Amino acid sequence: MKKSLIFKFVFLLFIVVISIVVVLPKGPDLNLKIIGINYKKELKLHKGLDLQGGTQLVYELDVSKEKNKSEAQDKAITVIRNRIDAFGVAEPVIYPESFGNSLRIIIQLPGIQNIDEALNLIGKTAQLEFKEQEPMNVEGGQLMTLQGNWKKEPVLTGAEFKKAEVNRDEQGNVEIDIEFNSEGAKKFAEATKRNIGKQIAIFLDNQVISAPTVQSEIANGKGVITGKFDLKEAKNLAIQLNAGALPVPMKLVEQKNIGATLGEESINNSFLAAVVGLFAVMIFLLAFYRFFGFITVISLFVYTLIVLTIFKLFSVTLTLAGIAGFILSTGAAAEASVLILERIREELRKGKPIETAIDMGYKGAWNSIFDSNMASLILAFIVYYLGTGLIKGFGITLAIGVVISLLTVVLVSGPVLKFLATRSFIRNKKYLSILLGIKEKDIKGEKL
Amino acid sequence: MNIIGKRKIWFTIWGIFFVLSVLGIAFRGLKTGLDFTGGSFWEIEGIEDKEKVKEVLNNFKADVISIDKDGLKLKIKTKVLKEEDHKKILDEFKNINASKEVKELKFETIGATVSRDITEKAYISIALASLLIILYVGWSFRKVSKPVASWKYGVCAVLAILHDVLFVVGIFSILGLLFKTEIDSLFVTALLTVISFSVHDTIVIFDRIKENLKRSEKEDFEEIVNDSVLEMIARSINTSLVIILVVLALFLIGGETIKTFVLALLLGLITGTYSSVFIASPFLVVWKNWDDKRAQKKISKL
Repeated sequence: MKKSLIFKFVFLLFIVVISIVVVLPKGPDLNLKIIGINYKKELKLHKGLDLQGGTQLVYELDVSKEKNKSEAQDKAITVIRNRIDAFGVAEPVIYPESFGNSLRIIIQLPGIQNIDEALNLIGKTAQLEFKEQEPMNVEGGQLMTLQGNWKKEPVLTGAEFKKAEVNRDEQGNVEIDIEFNSEGAKKFAEATKRNIGKQIAIFLDNQVISAPTVQSEIANGKGVITGKFDLKEAKNLAIQLNAGALPVPMKLVEQKNIGATLGEESINNSFLAAVVGLFAVMIFLLAFYRFFGFITVISLFVYTLIVLTIFKLFSVTLTLAGIAGFILSTGAAAEASVLILERIREELRKGKPIETAIDMGYKGAWNSIFDSNMASLILAFIVYYLGTGLIKGFGITLAIGVVISLLTVVLVSGPVLKFLATRSFIRNKKYLSILLGIKEKDIKGEKL
Repeated sequence: MNIIGKRKIWFTIWGIFFVLSVLGIAFRGLKTGLDFTGGSFWEIEGIEDKEKVKEVLNNFKADVISIDKDGLKLKIKTKVLKEEDHKKILDEFKNINASKEVKELKFETIGATVSRDITEKAYISIALASLLIILYVGWSFRKVSKPVASWKYGVCAVLAILHDVLFVVGIFSILGLLFKTEIDSLFVTALLTVISFSVHDTIVIFDRIKENLKRSEKEDFEEIVNDSVLEMIARSINTSLVIILVVLALFLIGGETIKTFVLALLLGLITGTYSSVFIASPFLVVWKNWDDKRAQKKISKL
């Protein structure tokens, strides 16, 4: 064997072993420790929303007043992520999308069916402000109404928060304990000192939620918000306050929920279909091309193995469209095999010896395999860059599939066929006709 | 067998489908799903009375597009509903039928701007894909610019693509009429896939033309194209068969949610195989003959 061939086989073996380890259902997680760098990653197949059920929300940001629009978008995503994390949704997917002038944020919440809570939690701006009373000449010392005159500029905002926590007071009423950061505490102390005997209003999104009367100066930077909220509302509010306010208002422009049962049925059936389809292809290859077909079946296995490994390693999210992309690229991988084998048969019919036929078959088919796969790759990139939401997954899996199918042609079918060409048993016309599924009289060459 | 010589037959078949598709699209249009039109969509269980549902919706000034019964479910489509209205209307629905529990199985809203973007992006991707494929094929075939310029191969490949896209879209406009089959954004993905495989098939044949042009002793372009098509036709059908096997499995046992998608793929794969043999390759010959005639006219004028 040539050295380059041996090298290819060793490399292939290496990849296959690693792939098998990764693809095993209960495979290990990544846990790398290299020169002090710790890298941990759970290896698993990520299912998209359409496969496991859940809710998708799309918000449009009102950035008309913002100078740095994408910064506002980034900040909004951070805030939303914090809120959702605190709410306890497993594996939420949050990403920005822009088209034309509009900036959007797409939020996918797997497993969440009742979206009312999610909507309340995510969509609220949660701008918290403390405002002083506007000094007025009040006749006869009348009390202010809640809608009364408050100063426009807040003395304190949610930005000067350290944390918020839900508690109950002695009567069992729900309250939110807040703690300011050092700067906020200073301002709070000054404000309470200035306003003893007066009210300070607490605004949430421009609505007064409570307006307690200041009893004494509060120097420790701690305060309490009471209001008419129940435990759930208070918890949500605390989450929002902790996560910070949204930098800009948002509008809900799309909501979708996908039932988990529908998703489960789809994934089971589609998976079954993929397996059945793959087997059909393998049987086709075996029936048509016999032993040579068997070689390409092996390369299909390697292809599937490597693709699944990449899905796991790079956390590719599998959607229905994504599975379709995978299956189609599998078709393309099989197509490549057929092209090579047909070409080998053709060369044999022309009277070429087997070694030349295999060489020509591989080289001749390679051009069209490469060209047609490039066209697919172009398409996959267009779909990825222009596609929305679930369709993006199609572009990703198609691209991965196409690249790997080219790789398996170079790494599996090619070397194995070339190795086969050097064997002596293949030079027997009878054997060759059986192994390739071609009629003996069609092998025109005098010498093989 | 002379496939290229019988090109009038193939073009006629194409012409008939072309006219049918265009008629279908022009008169019936495509039945587009929420993704394209925008709006709100409901699936409710536990209510039977359509009229009462309509009444409630009218009270909220919701523009009803359709209310359909599907087994035990009611499928309701309206123009975009606000979230506040959605909740209020749902409460009203629950009051309609006191004896049965009213369940909301599904609620979706897609804003008008979102749907406009999806449609726009669909057009852009198909146009961009076609353009890039012409460029790529033109580049890849740059060494065989005689007797036909290499970019013309790209154009012929795209002609085959257009044939396939039009065919699939046409069939779906008819299906929309007959079975209320709706298309969604997955349909666009299907079309893009069809494009990809149509090009695959076409390139495999064009590649053979390229090779034969280099080594064949024959002079006649038409003959060389015909030889190439004949040499490749079995292969082309075999490779398509492999992919169709997989897609057929998806269609027969795959999930309900992707049926439409897979059907579009299946139709596209079949017509894609047809178009690369019977449209793209003959058209290459037609184009060359046009060029020859024009060149002759020029000469005779001189």
